[in-house]
Amino acid sequence: MSDRQVLGRLLRLARPERGRLALSMLLGFATVGASIGLMATSGFLISYAALRPPILELLAAVVGVRAFGVSRGVLRYLERLASHDAAFRLLADLRVAVYERLEALAPAGLERRRRGDLLSRLVDDVDELQTVFIRGIAPPVVAAGVLALSTGLLAAFLPTAALVLAAALLGAGLGVSLLALRLGRATQARLAAARGLLATEVLGLLEGAGELLAYGRVDDALAEVEAADAELVALERAGAWRAGLVAALGTLVSGGAVGLVAVVGVPAVAAGDLAGYHLALVVLTAMAAFEATSPLPAAAQELSGALAAARRVFELTDAPDPVAEPATPRPAPAGGELRFEAARLRYAPDEPPALDGVDLTLLRGRRVALVGPSGAGKTSLAHVALRFRDLDGGRALLDGVDLEAYAAADVRRVVGLVEQDAHLFDTTIGANVRLGRPDASDDEVAEVLGRARLEAWVASLPDGLDTPVGEEGVRVSAGQRQRIALARALLVGAPLLILDEPTANVDRTTARALRREMLDAARGRGVLLITHDLPEPDEVDEVVVLEAGRVVERGRPEALLAAGGRYRAMADLAAVGAPRGAEPRAGG
Amino acid sequence: MKPLDPRLLRRARSTRSFLALTVGLGLATAVVVIVQATALAEVIAGAFVGGAGLDDLTGALGLLAVAVLARAGLAWGSEVASQRASARVKSELRQGLLGRVASDGPVALAGRSRGELAITATRGIDALDAYFSRYLPQLALAALVPLLAVAWIWPRDPVSVGILALTLPTIPLFMVLIGLAARGRTRRQWQALTRLGRHFLDVLQGLPTLKAHGRAERQRAEIARVTDDLRQRTLRTLRVAFLSSGWLELMAMIGVAMLAVGIGLRLLEGTIDFETGLAILILAPEIYLPVRMLGQQFHASTEGLEVASELLDVLEAPAAAPGGSAAPPDAAAVTVRLDGVAYAYPGRQEGALGGADLTIHPGEHLALVGPTGAGKSTLLSLLLGFAAPSAGRLTLLEPGSGGVELGAVDLDAWRAQLAWVPQRPHLVAGSLADNVRLADPDADDAAVARALADAGADFVDDLPAGAATLLGERGAGLSAGQRRRVALARAFLRDARLVLLDEPTADLDVDSEEAVRAALARLAVGRTLVVVTHRLALAERADRVAVLRDGRVVEQGPPGRLAVAGGPYAELRAGSGVGGAR
Repeated sequence: MSDRQVLGRLLRLARPERGRLALSMLLGFATVGASIGLMATSGFLISYAALRPPILELLAAVVGVRAFGVSRGVLRYLERLASHDAAFRLLADLRVAVYERLEALAPAGLERRRRGDLLSRLVDDVDELQTVFIRGIAPPVVAAGVLALSTGLLAAFLPTAALVLAAALLGAGLGVSLLALRLGRATQARLAAARGLLATEVLGLLEGAGELLAYGRVDDALAEVEAADAELVALERAGAWRAGLVAALGTLVSGGAVGLVAVVGVPAVAAGDLAGYHLALVVLTAMAAFEATSPLPAAAQELSGALAAARRVFELTDAPDPVAEPATPRPAPAGGELRFEAARLRYAPDEPPALDGVDLTLLRGRRVALVGPSGAGKTSLAHVALRFRDLDGGRALLDGVDLEAYAAADVRRVVGLVEQDAHLFDTTIGANVRLGRPDASDDEVAEVLGRARLEAWVASLPDGLDTPVGEEGVRVSAGQRQRIALARALLVGAPLLILDEPTANVDRTTARALRREMLDAARGRGVLLITHDLPEPDEVDEVVVLEAGRVVERGRPEALLAAGGRYRAMADLAAVGAPRGAEPRAGG
Repeated sequence: MKPLDPRLLRRARSTRSFLALTVGLGLATAVVVIVQATALAEVIAGAFVGGAGLDDLTGALGLLAVAVLARAGLAWGSEVASQRASARVKSELRQGLLGRVASDGPVALAGRSRGELAITATRGIDALDAYFSRYLPQLALAALVPLLAVAWIWPRDPVSVGILALTLPTIPLFMVLIGLAARGRTRRQWQALTRLGRHFLDVLQGLPTLKAHGRAERQRAEIARVTDDLRQRTLRTLRVAFLSSGWLELMAMIGVAMLAVGIGLRLLEGTIDFETGLAILILAPEIYLPVRMLGQQFHASTEGLEVASELLDVLEAPAAAPGGSAAPPDAAAVTVRLDGVAYAYPGRQEGALGGADLTIHPGEHLALVGPTGAGKSTLLSLLLGFAAPSAGRLTLLEPGSGGVELGAVDLDAWRAQLAWVPQRPHLVAGSLADNVRLADPDADDAAVARALADAGADFVDDLPAGAATLLGERGAGLSAGQRRRVALARAFLRDARLVLLDEPTADLDVDSEEAVRAALARLAVGRTLVVVTHRLALAERADRVAVLRDGRVVEQGPPGRLAVAGGPYAELRAGSGVGGAR
């Protein structure tokens, strides 16, 4: 995407607020117009007064000076309100638009970008587009309007002065801004690279400080960071020359133009082409006009950063949808059976398949454990079951019908998910539990809290279910987090439930107890337990061992233990490993 | 809001010379502004009142040209000086931070996210640019230009000075008043705006959950509602907050208007001459301009200083463990004794030590076990000299001598005899062999290969270029188990006599765990091994086990004896699967 295309898309996004943007432009124009009017009439006033006319002849000018002087502050105030209002409205639209796209993409389409820092950068990027809406759209238009106004005014008195001013305003507004944009772009790429390199080096030193110190290698590492730092400082110093050039040119053009207007004005007065008492008016008009162009170079420099932000946003939102909704979805399934037949899935052509011919059946009332090392494809299978992503080969069937034939929302009503790192929203505990069914009755909520063994903990909180979680609320341990996620899945009441590593982030001493309690709570449903810890033999009906996207072993747990294969090897290691909690504690 | 953080002057010395330069440039600019205004007034007055042509005005026009050039030059100089100063100060803060980390080690950073600190030290700190290049120079101009201009006007037209005196001081006064009135609300509103960013992030991070629960669509309307609600409230606040800049504009313009009208009336009376009056009128906007600009730069000042103060906080924190100058004892023969050793991390309870007693004998294989947060890793940090005990003594005893406290020892020389395998080994950018060579930069390829083999890092053979394979940024591409084995290879290459290992088998898959265990058995030969572990299977193989709980050693002895002693270790064992029917 070229800068122009990005800018074009941003302008199209701004279209719904064109009325407010136009208002802010008009107010901005009137603001600068008021200062031009103030300086022009002031110049005329004192020049004419020097001729000692009767005081009545000066009254109009006096009133003009006062009116312009008072109006400008008011106009400026209104202009700032209007421009911020428009920008905030646009930002709100943009947030919703970005959300809509990400909603379609998440989580499968964001696999590579899911990491928190990328999402937070996206949020920052969206915020940064404020710059475009506040400083990128209206000020150039205002400057163009001021150019027309001031040169038009001068042309009425002295056409040559108008030509000088027009050329200088174009130079200061357009020329210096383009130069700033160009110079900015040239250095920005190198600066960004140098900053990135330095950030990597700094992070390396911060993260590896212990080892570097332990192995006496800190000085070497410091020298490397210093080299990267010196490189950045050198670039920034070079950038300082360019920024200085832009600042100096702006001052030179405006100061020079005012001088030149005086130079063409002086002979015009001598020749009688310009009344002497109009000379100050002409010169002061030129002086005041540059207020419109002075913020442009800085805005142009910021614009290149904002455009880069916009490009990142568009790149993310332009990704194709990972799943397609059927044109005429099948009626909602009951959720009696989920079956995979030779399921195949590959994230990228140059990568090994995530699922490579997996067969698996989950029936209501049955429990299947899917075990295997991380990266074996366990979570990919869960994503397919929830229609976050479609298979590349084989079939995924719900009640005997292809998953892809159902509306995704219908599938998710019968297939529930408790994620590995369940997300708790920055709201109350109650709202987090009610996420899937905001209309659930208090009794129903109390019931699932009981089954997730949360009631004692919730009762101990000052505000009970209304206690907020997160930064301003109560600290929630990893175990409680998973229990809340379970309660919320139970409340939805999906007959098939996928527990994706529900105890992965829990202290090992409580993990086993928590898992058993979660399985108990889900009794009666079909449960697919994804785990790399091994379940107790009596906890599940079938174990499927997945490695590199393939099923390498399957069967009843006792049979697999007896068979002495992969499952047995895992069990042997685990048996001498983790300490087990002596007694289950609610809320781990 | 202070305009300058005094710590900045102390920690970033470039700030001082820059401040002096800024004042100098501001003074020069103020003089040039006055010269430019008087020269322009002379040209206009000459033509209008005196009927002069260009030839008669060469002196004034020359002066005007010089002033314009000088002003451009000063603008250049100010920009260059401030951006360079900013670059230098940023570098000084970064170097200070890194120097601090290099001497203190990881404990100094406890509780701070390294990723965030790195971003702050590189990208975040760029907020100082605006502070240095816009705010500080503007502050100098806002103080100096009105001062010098008033000094020039005073003898020529005291009435104009009176008007300036009426309007100019109300600007900062009113800004302060409105600032006070709106401060709480404005700050809350900006915080709410920031929170909105966080709310948005919260929703994006929870998208899979929302989708799984069929709530994603409803959230769309919620985002629109929350954003819109906040927009309205923010605008209500801005209506007050913008009053201050509105007032500033109003006063500036009314000031100019009053000057113009006053000068006009005095010209009618003949109590002032046209050239002086015009010069004052031209000067008037220049007097208000820097004050107006300063108001606009207010945000730049706070933001830049806030970022800087984050780094200054780290720089000003007390040193963790400076060490001494005494030569350390030979690690092969040393007995390490902890008497009532205590240590607590600032602001958190977990991992604190509260009076731990322990003796580590030379050549033994000691396992430290206990629940998460009992202080096991902290004990290793103290042994490494990353932090000094806040109470108690950590003594190195050598046969035939009295012993010396670790705090008195040259820590670099002490650490040169140790090897350490942390829980999450850090890989440096470079090849796999470079990473092993961290422990000994001069080791040849054969030694590196041997160390890798000893560490059970047989996966190296499957890599495209063997040990010469470049590891991706931050060592991506190796699994946890593989990284652990690279770190173990460092310990083998180092051939240290005292080896500290932190959870060497945590979170490993079946194959890696087996390989790491075998490597540990090889490493234990002829060395003192201190292994922190959750896995009792590892403890079972140690000569001696020490059980930590809440920062104290509650039990110690050979694992076989403790297993049947019915104490804390037996409890841990009973809780785990060791010996249990499976």
